[in-house]
Amino acid sequence: MIRAQGLTKRYDDFVAVDGIDFAVERGESFGILGPNGAGKSTTMRMLGATLQRTSGDLMILGRDPAHEGPTIRAHLGVVPQQDNLDTELTVTENLYTYGRYFGLPKSYLMPRIDELLAFAQLEDKRSAKVDALSGGMKRRLTIARGLVNEPSILLLDEPTTGLDPQARHVLWDRLFRLKETGVTLVITTHYMDEAEQLCERLVVMDGGRIVAEGAPAALIREHSTREVVEVRFGSDRNAEVAAQLGDIGERLEVLPDRILIYTDAGEADLQRIVARGFMPVTSLVRRASLEDVFLRLTGRTLADE
Amino acid sequence: MITSTVAVSAAAAIAERRARRPGASIFAGRAHAPIMRNAYALRTTNALTFLTGFVEPVIFLVAFGYGVGGLIGSVEVNGVEVSYAAFIAPALLASSAMSGALMDATFNVFFKMHYMRIYQTMMSTSLGSFDVALGEIGWAMLRGAAYAVGFTVVVGLAGLLTSWWALLMIPAAVLIAFAFASIGMTITSYMRSFHQLNWLNFFLLPLFLFSGTFFPITLYPEWLQSIIMVTPLWQAIAMTRSLAFGIFDGALVVHVAYFLVLAAVGLVLTSRRLEALFLR
Repeated sequence: MIRAQGLTKRYDDFVAVDGIDFAVERGESFGILGPNGAGKSTTMRMLGATLQRTSGDLMILGRDPAHEGPTIRAHLGVVPQQDNLDTELTVTENLYTYGRYFGLPKSYLMPRIDELLAFAQLEDKRSAKVDALSGGMKRRLTIARGLVNEPSILLLDEPTTGLDPQARHVLWDRLFRLKETGVTLVITTHYMDEAEQLCERLVVMDGGRIVAEGAPAALIREHSTREVVEVRFGSDRNAEVAAQLGDIGERLEVLPDRILIYTDAGEADLQRIVARGFMPVTSLVRRASLEDVFLRLTGRTLADE
Repeated sequence: MITSTVAVSAAAAIAERRARRPGASIFAGRAHAPIMRNAYALRTTNALTFLTGFVEPVIFLVAFGYGVGGLIGSVEVNGVEVSYAAFIAPALLASSAMSGALMDATFNVFFKMHYMRIYQTMMSTSLGSFDVALGEIGWAMLRGAAYAVGFTVVVGLAGLLTSWWALLMIPAAVLIAFAFASIGMTITSYMRSFHQLNWLNFFLLPLFLFSGTFFPITLYPEWLQSIIMVTPLWQAIAMTRSLAFGIFDGALVVHVAYFLVLAAVGLVLTSRRLEALFLR
């Protein structure tokens, strides 16, 4: 469906996307993870055929977006990071005019809009103005709008950023159903739980490059241990204690507030720590998550500092 | 179910058919789609702001045509004595077509471009930049034309239309509105803030006052006349005035050509700017 090779976007002296390679297959749900400024949105806009690449190759549905932009866009559904719904129109009018932009006739759009409103759980909001909708409703409407043209690829740029947990779960459920119908999903996110929920395969981007690629479980296996022990001894003692735990687990990381021990046997290692006479204030043994992988690969410093 | 990707979707089929035509990368033949969008949006906007455009030229006609006109009496146009109100009516018509078109092509376009992100949305579909440019300019033209038609009715009711030829001022107003909308949208696409847009108004006032609206430009020194004759509102007023009084000469052809060129240039530039702003 999508094939990128050496895909690069350069602005004057800044390289936003620095020669990335990836491919997305039909029906797949593919994630692009990365901290802010990693180049996710830039990549998404190039996939959406609304941003021209500086160099490299990009084929979407076997076509080059540099030459066949409108045709490619007819196959795509786009859900941008910031809702850009038409605030001067009602919910139904938003869907209808958007369909008209694709040249779809009224006879086609009317039943389609009913389906989409049901899908987005917005049937009672037909004639509501966009501003009267909640954040979750706006997102669902934006997704419904992206589906008006029956896209074969749906591009979602941080679909649940800014939503409350309930709204996120509703949205995930809708996206999951969509995936079941065979739509290819490309999702950017910086929420690890979202990536684990929705993406079969993902790439981690940092500084415009891809730093890892694979299925979530495989990435955890590859870049992390099975479990993580988190222990706190108080911020003034953490470093001192950590110096004496170097032999426990596979890898140890000291953060200002806690010590992380990456290991395959969390409970056993925690007992060893206690057996040495170090009594943590709090302790937690948990499964390693994508977040551990993410932080390992992209670092702990803030992206915008 | 909600979607099927087995066959090519209707939207994709439409785009594939269109793709074989020349210019398909910028034009999908759907300029009516943005116009339709604006018609829907109009229902929700304040009708009062829309009406001000109708009222403005009428106020000028009353104040100047009858107020100042009362002092002046009649004016001679092409050897014929006409009332001062009849003299300025075609000029007010031309300028209402201009300002109506510009109201939409400047502030509204700017708002849609940078705050509502309407064009970004449109350009992420299979619409081309030329569709959006033509649709938006066409809509602004409709607004200018609506004001011109409304004003023509008022002028007609006031008994200031001296011949049936004067009705040709309506297609002329449409052309004027289209050209101003076209150039107006091009200029707006380069603006970065509402502050800069206000500068546009600063230029419009002298344009309105000194383009032969209220007195013939023959009162100016020759060098100034030749500068004014290049400016668009003078061209517009000269065109409507010669139609109002049934003067058909070579100058009329020049006026029409002037606006056709202006419209075409603005359309092409706007389309390119949309491309540069939203499809870089």
